[in-house]
Amino acid sequence: MSEPRFAPADPKGVLTGTYFLDGDHACCEGALAAGCRFVAGYPITPSTEVVERFSARAPRVGAMFIQMEDELASSIAIQGAVWGGAKAMTVTSGPGFSLMMEHIGLAVMTETPCVFVNVQRGGPSTGLPTLTGQADVMQARWGSHGDYEIIAISPDSPQECFDLMLDAFNLSERYRVPVMFMMDECVGHMTEKVVIPPASEIMVEERHWTDKPGLDYLPFQANANLVPDMTRAGEGHRFHVTGLTHDEKGYPVINAEAQEKLVRRLIDKIRLNAEDIIHIEERDLAGAEVVVLSYGITSRVAERAIAMAREQGVQVGAIRLVTLWPFPERRIRELAGQVGSFVVAEINYGQMFYEVERCAAGKVPVLLAPHGGGTVHSPEQILEKIMEARACRQS
Amino acid sequence: MSTVLKPRPDAAPPEHPMESILRMDRMPHIWCPSCGIGTAVNCFASAVRKAEFDLDKVSIVSGIGCTGRVAGYLRLDSFHTTHGRPIAFATGLKLARPDLKVVVFSGDGDLMAIGGNHFIHAARRNQDLTIICVNNFNYAMTGGQLAPTTPVTARASTAPYGNYDAPFNLPFLAESCGAVYVARWTVLHFRRLIQSMTKALTKPGFTFIEVIAPCATLYARKNKLGDGRDLLRFYQEQSEVRHGASTKDVDIDFQKKIICGEFVDRERPTFLERMNGMYKARLGDDYAEYGGCCGEV
Repeated sequence: MSEPRFAPADPKGVLTGTYFLDGDHACCEGALAAGCRFVAGYPITPSTEVVERFSARAPRVGAMFIQMEDELASSIAIQGAVWGGAKAMTVTSGPGFSLMMEHIGLAVMTETPCVFVNVQRGGPSTGLPTLTGQADVMQARWGSHGDYEIIAISPDSPQECFDLMLDAFNLSERYRVPVMFMMDECVGHMTEKVVIPPASEIMVEERHWTDKPGLDYLPFQANANLVPDMTRAGEGHRFHVTGLTHDEKGYPVINAEAQEKLVRRLIDKIRLNAEDIIHIEERDLAGAEVVVLSYGITSRVAERAIAMAREQGVQVGAIRLVTLWPFPERRIRELAGQVGSFVVAEINYGQMFYEVERCAAGKVPVLLAPHGGGTVHSPEQILEKIMEARACRQS
Repeated sequence: MSTVLKPRPDAAPPEHPMESILRMDRMPHIWCPSCGIGTAVNCFASAVRKAEFDLDKVSIVSGIGCTGRVAGYLRLDSFHTTHGRPIAFATGLKLARPDLKVVVFSGDGDLMAIGGNHFIHAARRNQDLTIICVNNFNYAMTGGQLAPTTPVTARASTAPYGNYDAPFNLPFLAESCGAVYVARWTVLHFRRLIQSMTKALTKPGFTFIEVIAPCATLYARKNKLGDGRDLLRFYQEQSEVRHGASTKDVDIDFQKKIICGEFVDRERPTFLERMNGMYKARLGDDYAEYGGCCGEV
């Protein structure tokens, strides 16, 4: 079977109502609503509130929380739980995310559906523990060794921390892939209204369980959508899972042919399904002289800069990346022939900027509005780039 | 290195006595002739049978290295994870599925160097896991490098003049951190090892067995200790069974006595017992006990 199977959320995990929540707490509630019943975590600012809330909620909703000895342990304990049948996530920030890289690769290789939440702070190294950053987005894409594709999602509000956690879990089940939930400190610590709907209105994608009995089940035999069905320990499948290159049985095969077959499928199952995965927001693109592309908290700062530019008579459009990875290549290539220029605003010195530049392929100017982190851009910093981009186009 | 067995032309090969628990479709295995890991696996297979487990409900988790390959040869739900992390993986699996028997089978380098932190914390928590650590005194898969178990003066490829670095006394470490059952055997003590494994597998909590195994290809060759037979002869002559010995006194010196036996057998509440106890006491009827993920799929 390969079609998504949705069911209403388990009401035990759904705290229906209207609340004033910060993004970290909303993220926790989103996970519970999505059916996450296992969290392994390690404290790290500014993500700790997610696991604090989960540790309080877990024993009241039949979920399991364990504080592990480090992020290496957290990021693989969740994978053990998933192979036991749970939906699971771990939560961290920059330094912990760095430690988790090997296990992101393991989850990719073993096609273990799970969610990694990264509430980004300023880096490198210990950097700015309490202050914001958006500089881990390339790490989310490329941080583990080897070649692979993942899914990454970026919320811009506490409400989205709730809503998009549902997408994160659902996509991880549909594609048997780890999903990176790339928050930032501002979104994590910002408190806003969050509406949690009734459980009956929340659709949760069930795990794609195999219906094959015993040894007939091959854990890595893909369906037409390139994704294999799942099982869990204890069902009599006596399956094998390894981080080594493997065949459909899950047995190690150490040669170039097996590598090509497996890695190609792991990449293609995301690339060929990219249109199903990608979610971006577009506004006022028709006739735009400048399009501001941003994500997370920066998209909210960009709003102000765009309004200011309009007051000065500039036609400005906006793109907000909700899905960071896979990158909306097709759409950006298409727009590169239609809009005047791009400004990429992000709290780093150029990460998604290079993706936009690559897809624009020299057809239109692409300018970066960078920021080192610690706070958000001022609207004027983005406005300045908008004006510069318009000038580039006119010259 | 693998041994290619020629098929016998005259008859179908006899069924291996452990066929029901081994992945025969993966034979021949990669272990060298006279390696001790195969014996440890055979003992484990016997112990699992003796304990009369439902094989569908036993999971085996390994890390990386020669012993890390054990999971791949056992016809159980088997997980070959990352270097050093099988205990952390097993912790998640066991907590998600308290109904399963979860065993970690890995090597000394994997469990005690890169994975040492997970070992001490799982023992502290008394996670309900059985840990079988095959100790061959070196990193064999990568070519015989220094391990945290290499005896002082023994040579390794990264200690070409002899090791000056103090090794771990694994039973002492396990006991100090909270393991409820601690034993050490060489692969020559296969009957006792089977008994010990059976006991460890059926005892709730963090149970630990160190299995001393010969590595003729690397450790013995670098230390001019002869072949596999010579190593077994050494075990026969130099190992001494001393049940209940203080784990402080069971250090392993280079080519001196190896103290074997059951050192620790005690009771401590497991992680889940403690957790359930606390939540019941503090939350009363509000506690929704975690049932695990063993319902219908």
